[in-house]
Amino acid sequence: MAEARQAAGGAHPSVGTYLRVAAVLVILTVLEVGVFYVPAFHPVLVPALVVLSAAKFSLVVLFYMHLKTDSRFFAFLFGAPLLLAAAVLVALLFLFFGALTLRGAAGTGMA
Amino acid sequence: MTHASVTHTSMGLDSRKMAFWAFIGSECLLFGSLISTYLVYKGKSVVGPYPHDILNIPFTSVSTFDLLMSSLMMVLALAAVQRGDMRWAKVWLFMTALLGMFFLGGQVYEFTSFVHEGLTLQRNLFGATFFVLTGTHGAHVTVGVLWLLTLWVRALQGKLGPANAMTVEITGLYWHFVDVVWIVIFTVVYLIQ
Repeated sequence: MAEARQAAGGAHPSVGTYLRVAAVLVILTVLEVGVFYVPAFHPVLVPALVVLSAAKFSLVVLFYMHLKTDSRFFAFLFGAPLLLAAAVLVALLFLFFGALTLRGAAGTGMA
Repeated sequence: MTHASVTHTSMGLDSRKMAFWAFIGSECLLFGSLISTYLVYKGKSVVGPYPHDILNIPFTSVSTFDLLMSSLMMVLALAAVQRGDMRWAKVWLFMTALLGMFFLGGQVYEFTSFVHEGLTLQRNLFGATFFVLTGTHGAHVTVGVLWLLTLWVRALQGKLGPANAMTVEITGLYWHFVDVVWIVIFTVVYLIQ
């Protein structure tokens, strides 16, 4: 029975879980804005914001979009293109800002 | 669509839900390319206004809170439909659409004030990439609001019930995806300047 339900889409979280996730999302958003405004956090601003943003992203996807309980095939359909998009983003950033660009290599006598 | 007409794949999964997850996957690539473009051209504008001159963090933080709360309303609407409580389902569906409209109103205000301050699509690389990225997101929110209002009207007409829970769930998937895209945009565009 449980397997059949899992295959059909899985059990959804309770309303209480939805409310707790919302509370955590609000707290994380307040932390994000706080980190932005507090000068002490500026040396670690980017990693801190990336971690907080990733936590919010994961909470919404896992609980509100039900990927935590739904079929793993749905997670694959979402996760594979997401990873591809992230890989393209990282590759482009390396291409335009990395030390190993053709122009950068020429400047350092590597080309 | 009634429950009786739902088709399942050979994996036992709802075919509409599977197709919609594939669509969301393709949307990841679309927004991934737009966010990549924004980041690649970040800091390369030769004339102002620049992001730190013009972005209003307190205002956008309220918009972000608004969109997060709309996601909560959406899951509450789904839970209400699943338990057959159509009275509350109508309330939560309308609240989701209303918060979406507030977000859009905020975006229209933001875009208008930016144009008055000299930032347009043609002004510099920041303007071009910012308006294309956030404008594409705004277009998705607009589609979501129209979809939600359609569901709300169907609920008012008595044409939406527990048998249509999958329709509401798929609408929710779209809405939450719009929300997670904004979570990324808020961090990448507004907070990491």
